[in-house]
Amino acid sequence: MRDPLTKKVMDIAPSGIRKFFDIVSEMDNVISLGVGEPDFDTPWHIRDEGIYSLEKGRTFYTSNAGLKELREEICRYLKRRFALDYDPVTETLVTVGGSEAIDLAMRVMLDPGDEVLIPEPCYVSYVPCCTLAGGKPHIIELQAKNEFRLTKEELLEHINEKTKILVLPFPNNPTGAIMSREDLEAIAEVVEEKDLFVLSDEIYAELTYGGNHVSFASLPGMKERTITINGFSKSHAMTGWRLGYACGPAAIIRQMTKVHQFAIMCAPTNSQYAAVEALRNGDSDVEEMRQAYNGRRRYLLHAFEEMGLPCFEPKGAFYVFPSIQKFGISSDEFAERLLREERLAVVPGTAFGSCGEGFLRISYAYSLEDLKKALERLKHFIEKLEGGR
Amino acid sequence: MREAILTFLEKNSRIDLKELAVILGTDEATVANEIAKMEQEHIICGYHTLIDWDKTSADKVTALIEVRVTPQRGQGFDSIAERIYNYPEVRSVYLISGAFDLMVILEGKTLKEVSGFVSDKLSTLDSVLSTATHFILKKYKDHGTIFEKKTRDERMPVTL
Repeated sequence: MRDPLTKKVMDIAPSGIRKFFDIVSEMDNVISLGVGEPDFDTPWHIRDEGIYSLEKGRTFYTSNAGLKELREEICRYLKRRFALDYDPVTETLVTVGGSEAIDLAMRVMLDPGDEVLIPEPCYVSYVPCCTLAGGKPHIIELQAKNEFRLTKEELLEHINEKTKILVLPFPNNPTGAIMSREDLEAIAEVVEEKDLFVLSDEIYAELTYGGNHVSFASLPGMKERTITINGFSKSHAMTGWRLGYACGPAAIIRQMTKVHQFAIMCAPTNSQYAAVEALRNGDSDVEEMRQAYNGRRRYLLHAFEEMGLPCFEPKGAFYVFPSIQKFGISSDEFAERLLREERLAVVPGTAFGSCGEGFLRISYAYSLEDLKKALERLKHFIEKLEGGR
Repeated sequence: MREAILTFLEKNSRIDLKELAVILGTDEATVANEIAKMEQEHIICGYHTLIDWDKTSADKVTALIEVRVTPQRGQGFDSIAERIYNYPEVRSVYLISGAFDLMVILEGKTLKEVSGFVSDKLSTLDSVLSTATHFILKKYKDHGTIFEKKTRDERMPVTL
């Protein structure tokens, strides 16, 4: 029989921590700080609207780009929260999570050989989506000393004549890093000068602590070069509803809508109705969750300081990214031993790119009680490591 | 700062003050000070415990009583409210807008005890025009807390 599979797909490495996942799922009494989704249930008024839409029999397809009502609410929301100005008809597409939007953007913008700059550590889908779209991923390894922000110098160093897209994954999963307005302005200069496009993944935009998120497309001249990707998963605790969106120049959104039409048809209808409610009446839920995350973030950082675990202060998302370099073992080994010896699951930094070596991603999408229990185990493990040296 | 402290205390009055200070990004002395001041000012009026009595063997009956009254010259509803709330078996008294005036929440050991209070004490007050007593059959949620809440974390243990 012929090989049924393509080389392109077979060459994509499976997630490096598959083995780690398997161990976790087989063990009892594991406390996990390994999730990448909110611990909150979707606020009830939003769930209720989803249920209501089913009761009313709204079980049909919506238009390919998404309910017009929802696209209008999205544009209003982006305007009031992030000073973005998008047209709901020509510049907005509702997708199945932010993930689909990332995939679509790469597919419609890349020709073979085009390069995509991807700052790591970052979420795991940019590299494979780029590869599948025929592009060539080009990694920029971010530095702990810059608090994992992307600097103008780093960017310039990696640009060549093939470079077409820059991915800006901020607020960042896994580091919790954010980019300030000044940081972004420096990047914007280069983007303009080198004629690049930007895929700005702002799925964690609502989760910044100590200042509002700055959206890249709101900088002068950047709107026509940027695809803004966002969604409801993190801001409104709606991961399982699978609903995101992309906003950008009409010419790009039109082609993304075309691919979306053939591959997906439309995002789930009842999720879309629920999302309308989320945007109309959900701002206070978002604020409440942000406050809760912020308290936990402070609590974790304080506990790390007390147990002597170095960590820069992350100002976004719901992750902290402490350094374990001083223990002289790899991230994988640290995470695996922590799991086996203390039954505490965290994600090794290397899951998000090789420059994540020496770091751990710890999620604080957990109640304070859970965090407290988990920190006891972490402390015990660290004391053991230090005692053994 | 005060509202932030109160929001936490309202959900968990036993929270460690040092911990609360860390969460709010301030120091323990500030939090302790604010709490002491709010106790003095009667903003914080007590630290109670939320109990699901149905899970115990104690006998308890709770009733909501709608009371229509005649307000008194110069004092409005305050004086009649005071006469009612001074009974120790009365847990809460609220002045209500709409079809009746006072909502009285009453706790007793038995139905008989509660109805006895209504007929002997409450209805016989001069300014009380009428009462309507509703007994609570089951408490689903109280003080923002759902009594039978699922607590298991059903998320996948590790996601990227």
